[in-house]
Amino acid sequence: MESIGDLMGGFAVVLSWHNFIYMLLGIMLGVIIGVLPGLGGANGIAILLPLTFSMPPTSAIILLSCIYWGALFGGAITSILFNIPGEPWSVATTFDGHPMAQKGQAGEALTAAFTSSFVGALFAVIVITLAAPLVAAFALQFGPAEKFSVFFLAFCSFIGMGKEPPAKTVAAMMLGFALAAVGTDTVTGGLRLTFGSTELLSGFDFLVAVIGLFGIGEILLTMEEGLSFKGKATGINPTVVWQTWKTLPRYWLTSLRSCVIGCWMGITPAGATPASFMSYGIAKRASKDGEKFGTGEIEGVVAPETAAHAAGTSALLPMLALGVPGSPTAAVLLGGLLIWGLQPGPLLFVEQKDFVWGLIASMYLGNIVGLVIVLTMVPMFAAILRVPFAVVAPVILVICAIGAYTVHNNTFDVIMMLVFGVAGYFLKKCNYPLAPMVLAIVLGDKAEEAFRQSLLLSSGSVSVFWSSPLVSVIMALGLVALFWTAISAAISRVLKPIFAR
Amino acid sequence: MAMTDLRLRSIAIAAAASVAASLCAAPANAWEPTRTVEFIVPAGTGGGADQMARMIQGIIAKHHLMKQTMVVVNKAGGAGGEGFLDIKGAKGNPHKLVITLSNLFTTPLATGIPFSWKDMTPVAMMALDEFVLWTNAASPYKTAQDYVAAIKGGTPGQFKMGGTGSKQEDQIITVALENAIGQKMTYVPYKGGGEVAVQLVGKHIDSTVNNPIEAVAQWRAGTLRPLCVFDSKALPVKDKIAGDMAWSDIPTCKSQGLDIEYLMLRGIFMPAGVPKEAVEYYVELLKKVRATPEWAQLMHDGAFNQSFMTGADYTKWVENEEKRHRDLMQKAGFMAKN
Repeated sequence: MESIGDLMGGFAVVLSWHNFIYMLLGIMLGVIIGVLPGLGGANGIAILLPLTFSMPPTSAIILLSCIYWGALFGGAITSILFNIPGEPWSVATTFDGHPMAQKGQAGEALTAAFTSSFVGALFAVIVITLAAPLVAAFALQFGPAEKFSVFFLAFCSFIGMGKEPPAKTVAAMMLGFALAAVGTDTVTGGLRLTFGSTELLSGFDFLVAVIGLFGIGEILLTMEEGLSFKGKATGINPTVVWQTWKTLPRYWLTSLRSCVIGCWMGITPAGATPASFMSYGIAKRASKDGEKFGTGEIEGVVAPETAAHAAGTSALLPMLALGVPGSPTAAVLLGGLLIWGLQPGPLLFVEQKDFVWGLIASMYLGNIVGLVIVLTMVPMFAAILRVPFAVVAPVILVICAIGAYTVHNNTFDVIMMLVFGVAGYFLKKCNYPLAPMVLAIVLGDKAEEAFRQSLLLSSGSVSVFWSSPLVSVIMALGLVALFWTAISAAISRVLKPIFAR
Repeated sequence: MAMTDLRLRSIAIAAAASVAASLCAAPANAWEPTRTVEFIVPAGTGGGADQMARMIQGIIAKHHLMKQTMVVVNKAGGAGGEGFLDIKGAKGNPHKLVITLSNLFTTPLATGIPFSWKDMTPVAMMALDEFVLWTNAASPYKTAQDYVAAIKGGTPGQFKMGGTGSKQEDQIITVALENAIGQKMTYVPYKGGGEVAVQLVGKHIDSTVNNPIEAVAQWRAGTLRPLCVFDSKALPVKDKIAGDMAWSDIPTCKSQGLDIEYLMLRGIFMPAGVPKEAVEYYVELLKKVRATPEWAQLMHDGAFNQSFMTGADYTKWVENEEKRHRDLMQKAGFMAKN
């Protein structure tokens, strides 16, 4: 196999000592960036990009991509400990990760999250190694109609997923769509819902919304409950990693399913955030413990983390093979490639073998190194919960404000974060789920854009959404997910008499 | 619509003059930045303007051309209006720069967001970006004439043109093309040029008017085919790119019977009311940037039109260009309705 030989060459490139040091440095920085809400992988890489211009391209991409892996790992930490997602793709991790921490299982939750991230990434890298050209060809089939069908599936697999009544889920989602519509309309170029204000020109950034809704909202809720962390703080337990590992193989099917969802979402390109939500939703449906999801099931941590990391990793493939970034972070890396004098696109794999295979090899090694680093820190992270919340809360508040500011270097975003925080508090009090709203803010404008582009291409005919086998199948899956409750009830009604006999 | 010969000649003279100027020893600068310089990109990350801004930032950092650091900040909201309003509001601040694309002219006209180049101080034209008509390499259209004939023979809206953004440069060219051919096309707006190129490779659209740098990778891979370039003369780069074709082998659209010319400004502006010495400082700085091998490589890879202009020439050029865009936008019916 030629690609295996190329990969070995790649390892030889990466394993020079200075590249290895860049790798360690990148992972460390990435974890810190991932922990800080707002300062996402994309921002972190954009800030550090100029420092890399004087490096050889291979070292530079290793440093920057390792920051990316680190950020993917780091996002889970605050989600689990404080119910505050460090990155948008770790929102789904809070659903079961935080209840686990409240039950005194923070170490287990963190271990499961990091290990699943690693599994997801490893799966995606293997896909990239073995099937890059095939996958690139698959990505080319995605026109606007296909993209819309993927978004449709993501939304549908969400309804009826939470504990909340479906009507409230839909209401929260609609509110998210409305917020996503603010700003510039790509299709007509006109301004919408800005009411003449300059600040609203760019719409609501989902990062600001996530920091506010979850971060500030959570702090407000905890304050109401007397500033005490509800969970049990546990002692430092060095064997927690090993103990958790013994239970993980049980969830191999969930892992595999999440890997596939993640890779697909990363390539198409929908990104890590919808991948994590979709994977969680489907795991909840498919698991026999589905009803217990949301109360601290380890499977509810495994599913979103695996998918997010698989998506985050595979998002680099369309960037390398086609020159189209699968995620905002990949977009910044793409800019970097051009500055280092490399041309992303179909010929990169042929002309820049050292670079491409060095990068792929660094994906393997970077994730292994990352896993070791974060796992050794698990007991330490879990111990953060022993610090009184009255001390931690102001720190979180400041970090959230800094995070919101760094999204666009804009003070208005800090105010918006506070507004979202108060809104998040009331929504939680009224039992409206926040996650569908976040999903709609993240994907709303992309879904709308794809929908309208599809209609432009078909001259207004909706038949474009079942015009090819690919798009029809995805739309059908979406409808099945939407009406799953009704369908499964109907199936059991039909099957019951048969089994009763 | 066509660029006059006179203007081309003035570009050439200005370019020659600037080269001569940069060869002379630069005088000691009276003004220097005293804190971090913010470089605003009125577009998203990864696009042409963003790449150029980050390139300039990288060159300045790598060659230590400035004592203070430079940060690139993307303010893409409202088709770039957010970024330009930021500059407008920073009157007298010599630590802010902005890179422009055609949205300098199109955004205020199409959206009514209140700004114009007159709210800013022109610093320098760094280059002009070219536009090329592309189709899928598997399509039967070998020349622009083939494609035009096919469009003419089809039904209105049958042929789909993909482009970046709405009521901006790509759609302006599309409307000009429709007028020249006498047949409507369907314009489909996307968020970025790279995405547009890949949609064409995937045959979801029939053609694009991508900038060279946005589509060059796909051309080299043999999946896209250039038909003609929207400039008055062929591109200068003679290296073979795909098979035995070079950028310079792409015919002009005019020679193919499509009398359309369009070039996009990649220029630098500052806020209004800044000291004259500050403007001179940045002009000198940008000249040094242009003299680096990295810059030459970018210009070569992207087949840019390497015009350089400063001072009164540049202001005059921008003034004419604004008039031209107002005219084009009016004809296309893209003006805001308030």
